[in-house]
Amino acid sequence: MNILVALAAVGGLFLVGLLGGMAGMGWLFGIVIPSIALVLFVGGMIAKVWGWSNSAVPFRIPTTCGQQKSLDWLPHSRFENPYTPLQTVGRMALEVLFFRSLLRNTKAELVDGQRLVYRTDLALWLGGLMMHWSFLFIILRHLRLMTNPVPGWVTFIESTDGFLEIGLPVVFITTMTFLLGVTYLLFRRLTNPQVRYISLIGDYFPLLLLLGIGLSGAWMRHFDKVDIASVKEMMMGLFSFNPVVPEGINPLFYGHLLLVSILLAYFPFSKLTHMAGVFLSPTRNQTANNRAVRHVNPWDYPVKVHTYEEYEDELREKMVGAGIPVDKPLEKE
Amino acid sequence: MSKFDEPDHYKKEELLQIDWRPPRTGWMDTPPDIRHGTYIYPGKAKNLEIMGFPHGRDWAVEDVDWKLPEGWQRIVLEGMADRLTKFRSFKIFMDTCVRCGACADKCHFFLGSGDPKNMPVLRAELLRSIYRKDFTAMGKIFGKMAGGRPLTEDVIKEWFYYFYQCTECRRCSVFCPYGIDTAEITMMGRELLGLLGLYVNWVLEPVANCFRFGNHLAIQPHGLMDTLEFMADDIEDATGIRVDIPMNKKGAEILFVTPSGDFVADPGIYTCMGYMLLFHELGIDYTWSSYASDGGNFGLFTSHEALKRLNAKIYTEAKRLGVKWILGGECGHMWRVINQYMDTLNGPADFLEVPKSPLTGTVFENARSTKMVHLMEFVADLIRHDKLKLDKSRNDHINVTFHDSCNPARAMGIFEEPRYVIRNVCNNFHEMPENTIREQTFCCGGGAGLGTDENMEMRLRGGLPRGSAVRHVQEKHGVNQMAAMCAIDRATLVTVCDYWAPGVKVTGITELVVNAMVFDGEKRRTQNLRLEPIPGMEDEEPEPVGAVEGASE
Repeated sequence: MNILVALAAVGGLFLVGLLGGMAGMGWLFGIVIPSIALVLFVGGMIAKVWGWSNSAVPFRIPTTCGQQKSLDWLPHSRFENPYTPLQTVGRMALEVLFFRSLLRNTKAELVDGQRLVYRTDLALWLGGLMMHWSFLFIILRHLRLMTNPVPGWVTFIESTDGFLEIGLPVVFITTMTFLLGVTYLLFRRLTNPQVRYISLIGDYFPLLLLLGIGLSGAWMRHFDKVDIASVKEMMMGLFSFNPVVPEGINPLFYGHLLLVSILLAYFPFSKLTHMAGVFLSPTRNQTANNRAVRHVNPWDYPVKVHTYEEYEDELREKMVGAGIPVDKPLEKE
Repeated sequence: MSKFDEPDHYKKEELLQIDWRPPRTGWMDTPPDIRHGTYIYPGKAKNLEIMGFPHGRDWAVEDVDWKLPEGWQRIVLEGMADRLTKFRSFKIFMDTCVRCGACADKCHFFLGSGDPKNMPVLRAELLRSIYRKDFTAMGKIFGKMAGGRPLTEDVIKEWFYYFYQCTECRRCSVFCPYGIDTAEITMMGRELLGLLGLYVNWVLEPVANCFRFGNHLAIQPHGLMDTLEFMADDIEDATGIRVDIPMNKKGAEILFVTPSGDFVADPGIYTCMGYMLLFHELGIDYTWSSYASDGGNFGLFTSHEALKRLNAKIYTEAKRLGVKWILGGECGHMWRVINQYMDTLNGPADFLEVPKSPLTGTVFENARSTKMVHLMEFVADLIRHDKLKLDKSRNDHINVTFHDSCNPARAMGIFEEPRYVIRNVCNNFHEMPENTIREQTFCCGGGAGLGTDENMEMRLRGGLPRGSAVRHVQEKHGVNQMAAMCAIDRATLVTVCDYWAPGVKVTGITELVVNAMVFDGEKRRTQNLRLEPIPGMEDEEPEPVGAVEGASE
C-alpha cells in the first residue's frame, strides 16, 4: 500500500517537527533544517535544469495539434502549430498558465458493449489548475513574513484573496481552493482504477505533504493561533543571514515548517521537477517551421549508405534492359 | 478452421470483452501473456547482416532463452546513458511524468485490449523504472520504494513485447500536460533492444530491402517499370489515355517520391495510377526514381541511424538527376520523416530551388529549406487556381469520410489541404466524430511496422477505436468509403474496416481526384480506375448522374 507508506512518512515528519518545537529545538527546526532545505532546493533545481540543458536536441519534433502554416489562404492554427518563435511562446504560455493539453481531456466509454464514445472530462484540468494557482498565491501571500516593509502588491494579493470577509481572521479563498484541489487529486488517484494502479509512493507523498502543509497552516491561522510577529522575526532573520529564534512560538509552526522544508529538499529529486521540465519539453517548446528553417543536430555523424553507384553497378544490366537511363554504359562482352 | 493470423479467427464478441480495470497484481509482478497473434517474429540474422547490425542470431519470441549477448546489461545501460545525453526528449520524459493518467485511455491499444501496460504512462514506466534504479539518486537509495527495478531478462522481454505494441502515433502526447511523447520512448526502447540484436522482421526486412534496392519491397528497377506499365495499361482501359512513365530522367523539374506500398497493394495501386494520370494531364516535367523508389522509411521504426541511412537516397538522387524540387505522394510516416527529420539528417538541400508550382506560380515558402512539397498542398493549390477540370458528380456514388493519418496529423498538421481537395472532388463527405479526427485521430493499429498478419489480434484490437468511428458514420450517414493519405493505412484499414465496419472501402485521395477529373481526349468514362462500372454511367445516354447513392438518411 503505497499511500500508507506516504501517509506514515508525512505524519511522522510532522510529529517530529511538532515534538522538536515542544522540546525547544527551535534552532534545529527553525534555522538549520530550513537552511539546508533551501540550499538543496536551489542547488538541486539548478543542477537538474543544467543536466537537461546539457542534453542535446538533435531533431525538431513538436507535436502539431492544429493546421500547419502552408498555403496563404488556409487558416493557420498559430498556437497549436506555431510557425514563429513568438507563436511558440504563446503555445507555451497557454500550456504553462492554463494547462492547455489537459483541457482536451476525454474519458472513453464502451457503450452497449461495442461502441466507443469519448466524453469531455475536465475534472483533472480543474482540480490541477485550482491546486497550482492557489499554491502560487499562497506562496506570494507568505512573502509578507519575509519582507519589511511588505510590498504593496503582496498586501493587494492578500486583501483580494480575503475579499469574502468571512471569519476573523478572514478565510482566504485560495486556502479553500488549495485544500479542495489537493483533496480532489488525492481522491482521484485513489478511486480511478488506472491511476491507482500506476501510482507510486512518490505520487502520494507530495500530495500528502501539500495537504499537511495546507491543513497545518490553516489550523494555525484560524484555530490554534501562532504569534505572527515572532514568526516574522525568525523568517526575517533567516533571510538576512542573521538568524534569531524567538521564544514561545507555537510548536505547530515547527511541524508546518518541517513539512515545507521537506517539500523544498525533496523537490529537485522527484517528479515535482515537472515545474521546470515543462518549459523544456521538445514536443511543446519547438517551433513547427521544420520545412522552412533547417534544424541542426549537434552530434550528427556520417553513416554508411548504399550509394547510387553501388546500386547501379549491381543492377545496370536490368536497368538497361528495361530502358532506364544509366550513368555508366554496359560493358561490351 | 482459420489461423491466428487471419481476422476470422477472432470473434467480435470475444474481442469486445474488454476490461479496462487493471489486474490485482502490481504491474512489476505481472508478466506479459505472450501468445500468437500479439507479437511479431524476430528479425532474421541475414537482415541484420545486410545492415551491419550486431548480434544477429536465430531466436523465437516464445523461447525461454533469447540468447542475449554477453554483457547485455552493460550494453543496455551504456546505451541508455548515451541516449540520455543525446536526446533531451528522452531525459525530460524520464523525469517529468507525474502519472496523472491523462494519457491512459488515449491509446488505441489500451482501448482495444485493456492491458494496463498499453497505457502510455505504463509503457514509459517499463523504461523509466530502469532509469530510476540506475540513473537517479532516489532510485539508487530507495530502490523499489522509489519505483525502480533491476534490469533482468524478463524486463527485456517485456520491452520487446510492448515497444512493438506501440505504433508511435503520438496521440497520447497531444493530451499530456508535459507533451511526453511515447513515440520518443518507444524509439529509445527499440534502439536499446537493437543493441542486443532484437528486432522484428516485419521492420528489419523492409529496412534491409530499402537499403539495397531503394524500396521496402525489394522491387528491382525493371520490376518497377513493369509495375508502372501494367498500371498505365489499366489507366488506358479506364480513360482511353496513355500516360508515359519518366524514370530516372535527368534534368526533370520535379522528382516524385512516394511510398512503395502504392506500387503493389490494393487499393494503393489506384492512388499510384492517380499520380500518373494527374501528372500526365498537368503536363509537368517530373520523374520517378528507381533508386529513391520509397519515401517510406522503416528506419524510423528501427533507429535514428537507420533512419538517416535510408533517407539519404532522396537528396542524393535529387542532386544526381538535377531536379529543381521534390514532390511527395500520399504517405504517413514518410511525411513525418520528411517534415521533421530529412533536412536535419541529410540536408541542407542547397542544390535545389524553393518549390514553385509550374502551373500556378505559387511558391511554397513553408518548404523553402527542405524543398519538398506534399501532393495535397500541391493539388489544393491547383484547385484553388482552377487548374483542374472537375466533374464531382462522377464520385456521387461514393459517400466518403476522411481518416487523418497519425504522422501527417501530429507531426505536420496537414488537416485542411486534404479536406479542401476532397470537398472539391466529392459531393458526399462526412466527418467522423471530433474526438477521432484531426490531432485526435486514431491509428489504424498497424503503423510503425506492426501491420503484419502474425500480429492480427493486436491489429484488430488496436483498430477498434478507428473501426468504431467508421461504423458510426456508416450507420449515420451511409458512408461507404474512407479516404486516407497513407500507404500503411491503405493496407491495414482494409482489414480494420472489413472487420469492424464491413462495407466501407478504403481509398487514397488522388484516386478520388482523378476519378472526378475530366481529361483532354478521354473516352466516355464508364469505369473508374478500379475498372468498376461507375453507377449511372453504364447506359449509353450521356446524361450526368442524378441520384446520390448511399447518402440518404
